Amino acid sequence: MSNTAKFLEMGYAILIFVAIVGVILFIANRFSGRKGDRAVASAFLAPTLIVLSVGLVYPGLRTVYESFFDAAGKAFIGLDNYSTIFTDSDEITVLRNTVVWVLITPFFATGIGLLYAILVDKARLESFAKALIFLPMAISFVGASIIWKFIYEYRPEQSGIKQIGLLNQVVVWLGGSPQQWLLNKPWNNVFLIVIMIWIQAGFAMTVLSAAIKAIPEDIVEAARLDGVKAWGMFRFVTVPSIRPALVVVLTTIGIATLKVFDIVRTVTGGQFGTSVVANEFYSQSFRADNQGLGAALAVLLFLLVIPIVLYNIRQLRASEGR
Amino acid sequence: MTSSSIPLPLTKQPVAATVSVAAGRAKKRLTSPWASLFAVVLAILWTLPTFGLALSSLRPERAIKTSGWWTFFSNPQVTLDNYRAALSSDGGGLSSYFVNSFVITIPAVIIPVCLASLAAYAFAWIDFKGRNLLFVAVFALQIIPIQVTLIPLLSLYVKAGLAGSFWTIWLSHSTFALPLAIFLLHNFMKEIPRELIEAARMDGAGHVQIFFRVLMPLMTPALAAFGIFQFLWVWNDLLVALTFAGGTPEVAPLTVGIANLSGTRGTAWHLLSAGAFISIVIPLTVFLALQRFFVRGLLAGGLKG
Amino acid sequence: MTARTKGRGAVAAAGVLALALGASACGTAKKSTTSTGKSGCEAYSQYGNLKGKTVSIYTGIVTPEDKPHTDSYKPFESCTGATIKYEGDKSFEAQVLVRAKAGNPPDLAIVPQPGLVKQLVATGAAKAAPAAVQANVDKFWNKDWKGYGTVNGTFYAAPLGASVKSLVWYSPKEFKDKGYKVPTTLDELKTLSDTIAAGGKKPWCAGVASGDATGWPITDWMEDMMLRLYGPAEYDKWVNHQIAFNSPEPTAALDKVGEFLKNSKYVNGGLGNVQSIASTTFQDAGLPILDGTCSFHRQASFYAANWPKGTKVAEDGDVFAFYLPGVDTTSKPVLGGGEFILAFSDRPEVKAFQTYLSTDTWANNKVASSPAGGWVSANKGLDVNKLTSPIDKLAAQILQDPKAVFRFDGSDQMPAAVGSDAFWKQATNWITGQSTKDTVNKIEAAWPK
Repeated sequence: MSNTAKFLEMGYAILIFVAIVGVILFIANRFSGRKGDRAVASAFLAPTLIVLSVGLVYPGLRTVYESFFDAAGKAFIGLDNYSTIFTDSDEITVLRNTVVWVLITPFFATGIGLLYAILVDKARLESFAKALIFLPMAISFVGASIIWKFIYEYRPEQSGIKQIGLLNQVVVWLGGSPQQWLLNKPWNNVFLIVIMIWIQAGFAMTVLSAAIKAIPEDIVEAARLDGVKAWGMFRFVTVPSIRPALVVVLTTIGIATLKVFDIVRTVTGGQFGTSVVANEFYSQSFRADNQGLGAALAVLLFLLVIPIVLYNIRQLRASEGR
Repeated sequence: MTSSSIPLPLTKQPVAATVSVAAGRAKKRLTSPWASLFAVVLAILWTLPTFGLALSSLRPERAIKTSGWWTFFSNPQVTLDNYRAALSSDGGGLSSYFVNSFVITIPAVIIPVCLASLAAYAFAWIDFKGRNLLFVAVFALQIIPIQVTLIPLLSLYVKAGLAGSFWTIWLSHSTFALPLAIFLLHNFMKEIPRELIEAARMDGAGHVQIFFRVLMPLMTPALAAFGIFQFLWVWNDLLVALTFAGGTPEVAPLTVGIANLSGTRGTAWHLLSAGAFISIVIPLTVFLALQRFFVRGLLAGGLKG
Repeated sequence: MTARTKGRGAVAAAGVLALALGASACGTAKKSTTSTGKSGCEAYSQYGNLKGKTVSIYTGIVTPEDKPHTDSYKPFESCTGATIKYEGDKSFEAQVLVRAKAGNPPDLAIVPQPGLVKQLVATGAAKAAPAAVQANVDKFWNKDWKGYGTVNGTFYAAPLGASVKSLVWYSPKEFKDKGYKVPTTLDELKTLSDTIAAGGKKPWCAGVASGDATGWPITDWMEDMMLRLYGPAEYDKWVNHQIAFNSPEPTAALDKVGEFLKNSKYVNGGLGNVQSIASTTFQDAGLPILDGTCSFHRQASFYAANWPKGTKVAEDGDVFAFYLPGVDTTSKPVLGGGEFILAFSDRPEVKAFQTYLSTDTWANNKVASSPAGGWVSANKGLDVNKLTSPIDKLAAQILQDPKAVFRFDGSDQMPAAVGSDAFWKQATNWITGQSTKDTVNKIEAAWPK
């Protein structure tokens, strides 16, 4: 296919899509007033709900179903896969790691993103400064894995051999001896988490910075006139004003963290006690050929997200009550 | 459309009073030198790893493997060989992959952004029974790992005769993006003062009018923000494209081309680091270009008072 | 999504269009007439006229090794008029299963493990090999190789390339300077290692990091030792789980590996302590030989492609390899890998191309289109004299040595839950300190019931 043909096909796709949306809007527009709300809502939601049911709900339900079957997906084995997850000592480590990831990553990424957003807000070169933190988000996974190799790589202390990992070079400069960062349990988990924080802080910073800019200036001015200092401003003005955005960021990064597996996979392969549920799910499904256990691990991911969902429901209720 | 006479509610007094947002640029709130220093340190820490990769991509293969990139400063050796090899037709020839990436990414950003803003509007501003429940269900779908959808979806595409075409990638990316897009856009839409919507309704505007005349102008920054994120995810995706359309240069995106640069067993870091930089150029440009859209806040906060 | 990177018949960089044979011998295929019967195309007349037909082939072999492959198809393409659509993908192993299960398989796939052939056959999408392929395999390969492509008594997948894993890389220069002789028994190898270690140098370097496949080089070590200590019959029992993974023989074989890899006097030359084996990538692990900080690195023939540009790989060069010796000089067990061609379609053009790939014609074409070397096959019709690189010659000689008993990489044949999961994981745990007993017990526990 020639490049022109490719772009033409893309044009058709967009046209078809625009036509579909046009029809929806046309239909929706025929209903008005409070009574038509239901009809308009259905029209607005229909395309979304259709593609989601086919693309995510159906595979999700299928996964739940498969989780009660054996490796080949033939024999029904009840909850055996789940009991494997909760009894096998390796799998317990996996669970523990996942919890650690989810407890650390969202808060650090959000905290750093928020701090940076406040610090560079209205500063000179603000867009440039923000682009620097945003950069990691734009890097493909292949790129990120090499980047961190040049940070964590280990070379022994031996004449004629130079460090190629920055972290060990710093340690050597400080007079220490190089460490196997990715090997030493349990700290190796932290070194992996750092990579995720590095990537996600850019997301937090972008969203939060925009939220900060939406804080009404009169509120800030009033607080300033009341003699509120920097910390007070942060605590009593900034954070309450951007609370909804904070919830969004924490939730999004939390879910992304639960699902993360490529960092673990490319850097340690899940070895040395660093595996997480999403990585284990991937290994079991696509490498160990254990469809049932893989499905059960995916279901476990669904379950782990429940606290995050509940928290969001509470926030939703709170905002309705405003 | 009959709504052309509807006065835009933007000038209504009570609204303007509550949301009037800084038009003038205030002074920096944190002016202490420590704060500035801290920001600089953070920026350096965040950029250093990527900077290392940038330098590495310019160093000869043997040097990359035997010494750290910081030795560049004491012993500078620069070569463009890595870029030449990564871009040359022998090393894979990335140009057709580049085109594919664009063709894949543009619809895969437009479609979910449009669908999600319609759905987010319905969840945020239309009252219907079971609304919150449905919203939570949609948002919770974020947790479904894409990997569980591969086989069922691919089977469907095969039956529909779409396998191997761009259509599968567009549809899949759009589907996978929707839960997060709806969640984000819904939360931003919720931030719009109820009074604005109510006023428009009072004036007899239907949902379609409100959506276009009230919401859309205010949402531009949020849409741009989500657009950027979706752009990045699609641009950097490997799995979806590979599974549904395959790895041939006909349809495969840049990520596939770059992943294959390292060779069958290889760790050709020198090629990979150059490849990573080639692929970063576009997303970074998009970020810088779109950044101005939301420099004033996720909602077009500049509602003129 | 890292592809499993072991066991592929490797090919060094070969961007050259070299192949005079196909394109010129056959001339460009005339579009209008039947192209069979042209000069140079006699060998291809059996495939008939396939003008306008397309065969898709899906592999994990990507640049630069893909070029010799596509070049070697050219004579077939120009003589029959068929088009071969080649797709190389680093995540082949995971993707091919997804595609087969979803009903979207390629026409042909180059599968690097017998275990994966079994999995693919189990999806029900694969097709048994046509009679012509079977006849070629009976003619050009020995029985063992045919067995690896056979699932439940049906022959599916013909072998293509091969690699020899029982090799130890060393520096011929160091041997000459120090007067070392290439060891001919395992004990001699140990004695030589001790001698070098006594001189204050750690003789062995090793590395098992390989993304999500981390640990596999240890499985090769263990297989080599199993073959050497207990012979092919016992090895087959172990691979097929007729003896448990934690029975005395495999346990002793792993302990034997430990005498080398877990011996802090022996490892890890130029790379650190024993633990550093776990974090060093297998690609980097042999490089200290060039720096002189290490003397031996056990790795397959495909490691030849891994030496930096400018390294002379030859018996009188910078590096070369010797056969990892057996316990005595009378037995010569050889551990190896290779790849197989599996069909998911039985259209005539697919069958024809599949047949072509099983011939000696193709094997020799493949050699000719790999001017830089890096590819050998156990195909008996392969002309060893045409091989250009010394290491390929060595590999081919080992493969065709009548005394040699060839066995395919065991972990590649075991069920995926062991061969590409538990075995790798536990082997990695073992190198970072887990006891041999715990290791074999845990692998045994992972064996599918």
